[in-house]
Amino acid sequence: MIEVQELVKTFGFNPVLRKLDLKVEAGQFLVLLGPNGSGKSTLLRILAALARPTSGLVKIGGWRLPDEAFAVRRQLGVVSHLPLLYDTLSAAENLRFFAQLYDLPEEGMDDLIQSSLAQVGLARRANDLVRTFSRGMLQRLTIARAILHDPAVVLFDEPYTGLDQEASSILDDLLRDLAQQNRTIVMTTHDIQRGHALASHVAILSRGKIGYLGATSAVPSGEILNLYTETIGAGQ
Amino acid sequence: MEYTENRNFWLRVMTYVSAFLLVAATIMSFTYPGAERSMGEVQRLFYIHLGSFFGSFLTFSVAVVAGIYYLRTRDNKWDRLEASSVEIGLGLSAVTIVTGAIWARPTWGTYWTWDPRLTTIAIMWLTYAAYLFLRSAIEDPERKRRFAAVYAIIAFSSVILTIVIIRVRPDVIHPTVAGPSTTSADVRGEFNVTPRIRDTVFFNIFTYCVLSAVLTWHRIRIENKSDFIQERKLSILGNM
Amino acid sequence: MKDNQRFVTSYWRVVLLVARKDLRAEIRGRELISSMFLFAFLAVVIFSFALELDREARENSVAGVLWVTIIFSGMLGLARSMAVEKDKGSLDALLIAPVHRSALFYGKALANLLFTLVIALLLMVLLTVLFNISLFVWQVLVVLVLGCIGFTVSGTLVSSMSVYARARETLLPIMLLPVILPVLISAVRASGALLAGLKAEDWLPWMQLLALVDVVFLIITYFLFDYVVEE
Repeated sequence: MIEVQELVKTFGFNPVLRKLDLKVEAGQFLVLLGPNGSGKSTLLRILAALARPTSGLVKIGGWRLPDEAFAVRRQLGVVSHLPLLYDTLSAAENLRFFAQLYDLPEEGMDDLIQSSLAQVGLARRANDLVRTFSRGMLQRLTIARAILHDPAVVLFDEPYTGLDQEASSILDDLLRDLAQQNRTIVMTTHDIQRGHALASHVAILSRGKIGYLGATSAVPSGEILNLYTETIGAGQ
Repeated sequence: MEYTENRNFWLRVMTYVSAFLLVAATIMSFTYPGAERSMGEVQRLFYIHLGSFFGSFLTFSVAVVAGIYYLRTRDNKWDRLEASSVEIGLGLSAVTIVTGAIWARPTWGTYWTWDPRLTTIAIMWLTYAAYLFLRSAIEDPERKRRFAAVYAIIAFSSVILTIVIIRVRPDVIHPTVAGPSTTSADVRGEFNVTPRIRDTVFFNIFTYCVLSAVLTWHRIRIENKSDFIQERKLSILGNM
Repeated sequence: MKDNQRFVTSYWRVVLLVARKDLRAEIRGRELISSMFLFAFLAVVIFSFALELDREARENSVAGVLWVTIIFSGMLGLARSMAVEKDKGSLDALLIAPVHRSALFYGKALANLLFTLVIALLLMVLLTVLFNISLFVWQVLVVLVLGCIGFTVSGTLVSSMSVYARARETLLPIMLLPVILPVLISAVRASGALLAGLKAEDWLPWMQLLALVDVVFLIITYFLFDYVVEE
């Protein structure tokens, strides 16, 4: 589903990604781990077609970036730690705006909005302004927005930032739901244990390269921290 | 990019050539054409005035082309060329404005009037000053280069305006030397162009164009050296 | 981008959607219009005090007061409109959507244009009352629309850059004012000549220059906005 070969991204003299290779099969849930500055966010921004690669091949669903960006964007949903929503519009209005931006059929749009709000547990707040929402509710609405157009690939950039215990566990459930809907998910997080528990595959980034990539089942949860420190250490 | 001895050699030669040209052009302005009948000696400033304007026109044109190439290729060398040209152009157009003001005092009786031509060149100068401010205000280097290139392209509209306005506005009290003008001949500041005056004008324009190219070259070289040092620093720090 | 045109949402639809979204948010909050109008009102009052305008001076300066106030209060709106998109990250959400980026730009510019026009019209009423000069000549309205187009189109582009700077409040006017001076000068000259009741040859060239500048800005921004938002 996602194919990255020899991806390089430099900012000035700073190479952030150095010939990174990555392959994610359809339906996989990949968690990207790595310290600050390892290039996680940059990789995600390139996959989201927000940043242009300096060199290398990036393919999503068979379409090349950045040349075929429109085709890629249609099958892509993105959730970041920023809400990406409009304060002064209601939850339903926000969703309607993005649904129309994706050119979803006008017919049945109301039902679609209602059901996706219900899916994230916000059906009763549909007509409330987004600025009255708590951090956790915002994050749920952001997810509803990101999957409104039924994307095959969903990217999560640090989705747990700023969430309390309860909101985090709701987000866990939502992520499991998404994974079961056979979507391809790529998520970055600093919460190593949580990422390991949720994902089907784990990749560890170190200094702009993938230092480790494997199924989570191959790494017992007790050893993931050791593996992480080892991989980061090896990259230094 | 490393500088070879060979390139340094040519830069040195061009520096001497442009210094020689500048001296020659200045001497020529003061001796070759006779003093102009209606305005006298102060008219000689006009050669520097026009020369430096064409110099800045050249550098700003280079900046817009470099901006377009930067956006297409994202190659830093175009950004360096663009920023260096703008800086040199700002210096040269400052010379244009100052000599113009000194020339205007005895000719029009005031250092500054809000004539469209003077207004537009002031706009031009301010626009490129804003360009430099933009470069210092954006921190992310990649974004800074991108925005600077975009702004260099927009800013060029002020150069076009400066050149076009003298040809289309009837109330401009600024002499045109070449090309058609709607300004009536009896407006103060107009003078007869003799062949000697024309030769001096063209020689000055040529000199200032060479000068601006050489200065830009020097400016880029400084930029390259400081980049090189920066890169070394990073790589040494990285290996520690 | 040859093959994937069919994935793109239609251009004009996006322009209208983005503009409508901004208008709806504004109608709900009315934060922008009210702060812009209050500022404009204050500016007019301050102008009258500072310039100690008598009848004749008012007639001579009304065009300048009108346009300077439009531009300064319009700049408040521009700064806010882009800051809203950037700070909540919603600009990213727009950029991720399968739409032409210049369509997003023109949508934002259209909303800004409408806000600025509302302020400009209110300001004309205000000046008509306070300065006791009727500004409602139809040619002046044409100049008003042309001037506001030039201002908002270049202003939306510049504010989409200045919003990334830490000193964004200072950067916006410094970058924008020199760029829009041609708009300002020709709009002031054209409306000044019109209000003084001068002949067509005194205001028509300025109006033509204004229209030309508008066209140039519209074309340049079409090509440049993509580069502003793409990393």
